[in-house]
Amino acid sequence: MNRFDYTRAASIDEAVAAAGAPGAIYLAGGTNLLDLMKGGIVRPNRLVDITRIPELTETKALPDGSFRIGALVRNADLAHDHEFARNYPAVAEALLAGASAQLRNAATAAGNIMQRTRCPYFYDAAGACNKRDPGAGCEARGGATRLHAILGWSEHCIATHPSDFCVPLVALGAIVEITGAQGRREIALEALYLPPGETPEHETVLAQGELITALRLPPHAEHFAAHSRYIKLRDRTSYAFAIVSAAAALRFEGGMVAEARVALGGVAAKPWRAHAAEKHLLGSQPTAEHFRQAAEAALQGAKPSGDNAYKIELSRRIIVRALMLAAAGTQPRTAALPASVFGVHSGAIHA
Amino acid sequence: MAHTLHVNVNNTLHRITLDDERVTLLDLLRERLHLTGTKKGCDRGQCGACTILLNGRRVNACLTLAIAHDGADILTIEGVAQNGELHKLQAAFIEHDALQCGFCTPGQIMSAIGMLQEAQAGDDPERVREAMSGNICRCGAYAGITAAILDAHAQLQQQRQKAAAA
Repeated sequence: MNRFDYTRAASIDEAVAAAGAPGAIYLAGGTNLLDLMKGGIVRPNRLVDITRIPELTETKALPDGSFRIGALVRNADLAHDHEFARNYPAVAEALLAGASAQLRNAATAAGNIMQRTRCPYFYDAAGACNKRDPGAGCEARGGATRLHAILGWSEHCIATHPSDFCVPLVALGAIVEITGAQGRREIALEALYLPPGETPEHETVLAQGELITALRLPPHAEHFAAHSRYIKLRDRTSYAFAIVSAAAALRFEGGMVAEARVALGGVAAKPWRAHAAEKHLLGSQPTAEHFRQAAEAALQGAKPSGDNAYKIELSRRIIVRALMLAAAGTQPRTAALPASVFGVHSGAIHA
Repeated sequence: MAHTLHVNVNNTLHRITLDDERVTLLDLLRERLHLTGTKKGCDRGQCGACTILLNGRRVNACLTLAIAHDGADILTIEGVAQNGELHKLQAAFIEHDALQCGFCTPGQIMSAIGMLQEAQAGDDPERVREAMSGNICRCGAYAGITAAILDAHAQLQQQRQKAAAA
């Protein structure tokens, strides 16, 4: 780890002012940042500690039906907030499917969003990586690529965004509130992430020193509470990143799908909202056949980035499974093994 | 630049001058305070051997900077026995043979203390296993660990019920 300046900010304005120069990074839970710094993958010259800014720690139901999650709200606290879990069950389930209990106690909402898109080659400082060293090349190409991207990747980078939390968040249209030297702005979470293209070192649209102050779920997001699920396939049932995951949220009118939200995790450099699948489901009956057609639509344009063609069919099946479970209804309590396909679920129908 | 830090570790207040901002809480405990019960396994948040309670919550001490925790309240394995009497979880780990080499044990016990305080798993073995998945045991004492935690949970619950009835 390199040496750095350490500054503790007492307010948002103080934080933004302290982080304006290149090389400054915000420190919140630090669970991803410290790991990257220990590996020499990230070498900030200044850490701006934002953990003592009280206004970033609040969750709040807003008068218009939105729900605001302060940037510093811990993953565990959000997942175990009963009202939040009741209104946004797929988000709570995704949070509990991520990392370990220790990490969920430290990691924050905005930190989860800002965790780095990654692959083992990004973490190997001895090898070439366009994210670490723009123009150096990508050693993952032609390497061990079982877990790499199948959607939206480029020749320059095939890494995936590892977050579980972000998958139902993009499905539900979450909004990111940002403060920078130029003032405040907000954008859709889905629009926060950049495709890797020719500049995979740029992962988000945030400018130097811009600070995510909160996430907001729009008023509409809680209309899916009765039919929402998050499902995650991984190499072991707990404490592992997704091979692929899916969030599905449905709203029914007269037995037909009136509205659908579908997003995939572990497949691209960003949490991947499947708009084509959502459109396909509108006005249809909730049957395995319709869900399969929607899944086909979601994976249009998918291509293996290496030895991972299996993830394309796996993604289709996980979408169908998530939709079947969502249609069957939200569980009263998150399963003992959150988001697992191995849990015993009432209403589960194998895709 | 030197930074001064006040931390309360196992009910003892320490004033520490840090001349290196890179020191993690884990290294502070082991190298500066010589509390070596908290173990360094992977040093990357993957094994859980460094689990402590930070302001009452279980976290990986290796993945957090000491400098960020001025004023913190820390509990390590050295502070869980009271008046010479083992914590119920320590006693249950012995009773159930919940260890072999013992390297992961302080982290397992601190994590289990945190888990019982979180009160999410109850007496469901599957929820206990899930809630403890951030602690790896290379000797594979998992069956004993789960049994010890369930036993301690039952004992603590009985204790609470008795106290409530009294």
